[in-house]
Amino acid sequence: MSEPLSSQFVNLLAALLLLLAFAMLSQRRVLTLIKLLAWQGAALAASTAIVAYATGQMHLYFSAGLTLVLKVILIPWVLHRLIDRLYIRWDVETLINIPTTMLTGIGLAIFAFSLATPISQMASTITRSTLGIALATVLLSFLMMIVRRKAVPQVIGFLAMENGLFFAATSATYGMPLVVELGVALDVLVGTFIFGIFFFHIREQFDSLDIRHMEKLRED
Amino acid sequence: MDQAPGIALQLLQSILVVSAAPLVLGWVNMCRAWLQNRSAPSIRLPYYTLVKLFHKDAVIASTTSPIFRVTPYVLFGCMWLAAGIVPVLATDLPFAPAADIIALVGLFATARVFAALAAMDTGTSFGGLGARREMLVGFLAEPAMLMTLFTAAFISGSTQLTTIVESLAHREFAIYPSLAFAAVAFLMVLLAENARIPVDNPATHLELTMLHEAMILEYSARHLALVEWAAAIKLVVYMTIGFALFAPWGIAEAGDWGAMPLALAALAGKLALAGAGLALIETFLAKMRLFLVSEFLSGAFLLAVLGMLTHFLVRG
Repeated sequence: MSEPLSSQFVNLLAALLLLLAFAMLSQRRVLTLIKLLAWQGAALAASTAIVAYATGQMHLYFSAGLTLVLKVILIPWVLHRLIDRLYIRWDVETLINIPTTMLTGIGLAIFAFSLATPISQMASTITRSTLGIALATVLLSFLMMIVRRKAVPQVIGFLAMENGLFFAATSATYGMPLVVELGVALDVLVGTFIFGIFFFHIREQFDSLDIRHMEKLRED
Repeated sequence: MDQAPGIALQLLQSILVVSAAPLVLGWVNMCRAWLQNRSAPSIRLPYYTLVKLFHKDAVIASTTSPIFRVTPYVLFGCMWLAAGIVPVLATDLPFAPAADIIALVGLFATARVFAALAAMDTGTSFGGLGARREMLVGFLAEPAMLMTLFTAAFISGSTQLTTIVESLAHREFAIYPSLAFAAVAFLMVLLAENARIPVDNPATHLELTMLHEAMILEYSARHLALVEWAAAIKLVVYMTIGFALFAPWGIAEAGDWGAMPLALAALAGKLALAGAGLALIETFLAKMRLFLVSEFLSGAFLLAVLGMLTHFLVRG
């Protein structure tokens, strides 16, 4: 165990990120989902800050700060406002059997880990071993978007996927250039707002946020 | 080679665990009473109960087979043996070669099978119901337990409990995310296997919610005393397995008698802390519906598997 302490902390936070992804997958309540998303953002910001400290890369501090402001405070706040307006604060969604989803999730995690192992052996960053976890987080968020029926949890799955991608970028290459990161962050923010507007339109059209109703929209 | 001190130590350890188990149970009940703003019963109450039960005459249903009579002794014997092979005070004991984690899980499974058979043997509906529920919990908890133990076994490269403890106690300090996952999973299994609150309420005899209590309804006097004593030993054994895997500090070296007082003090401190923690968990949580137990335990299994995968990925 000759790894430096910062690397161990990043590993711990990566494990936490994965755990939160699984928790989101098994969560039925919308409000708790948003809280979990905020926690995932916090873990992401902390791990980015530790990588920044360990490697001395200034721009990573900026992206850590950006993550903190955007993903821990702003987006959860916007989502809170949205679910208040839509009166779905206490919405409970019936899912396909949770243990089955979890076992599928374990399968995905194993797939992601085995995929990432050869890549991380070639990398030389201190965070290389967390690439598999980042990939698993992305796949789990994908799974969440697939198994959910309501619109809001799907958007939360999308945001969680972005978290995973961001983490993958940090762990593989110490982050993208600052310009790209700023662009992505802005995209996510604008996306959240647009989704919010979509929610209202979907509900106006169908009286529900269940996206199964959208299947009726095809042309004959 | 002289085996005598080792055997003496072995005897001392198992007698200590067996005799101290009701004390730990009393301590948990005491903490729980304090947390719930009740005046606490004496910490020796479980001993008084056992003495009272041993002085009563046993009543046995006329329809039962010998399995019903044998089971309390089998349960007690299994738990005593488990208390003997888990490294509680020292790592180098004569029974140590038997302290394989898979054998240990098998020992608990034996006890569970006998308890369920005896419950069904009486032919009452409560017995059958309790046995079915116990087996449901058992078959979900066992894989999670094995996965948790395997995580520790992978880190130390052996399935011998003593080797695991030695290698974990003497490593240099490092953060193991895999062990953190495994510890949480182990806690969930401990709560389920020992019929503690989120899964079962040890203080109730309400028919709809009973798991463990429903199985032992037909027992009386010395049989009941042995069954309850065995349950107390099981709780302590689970706690000490937890210490051995996740907090092995203070355990004595092979043949080091000088470290024994320290090991004893560390064990007492850890048991006191764990008992208080258990009482805290039981105060804060409510008992969950029986059908949610499968979600609870599949969560434990998930955590344990994640712990093992994380070990392979980050080597820690």
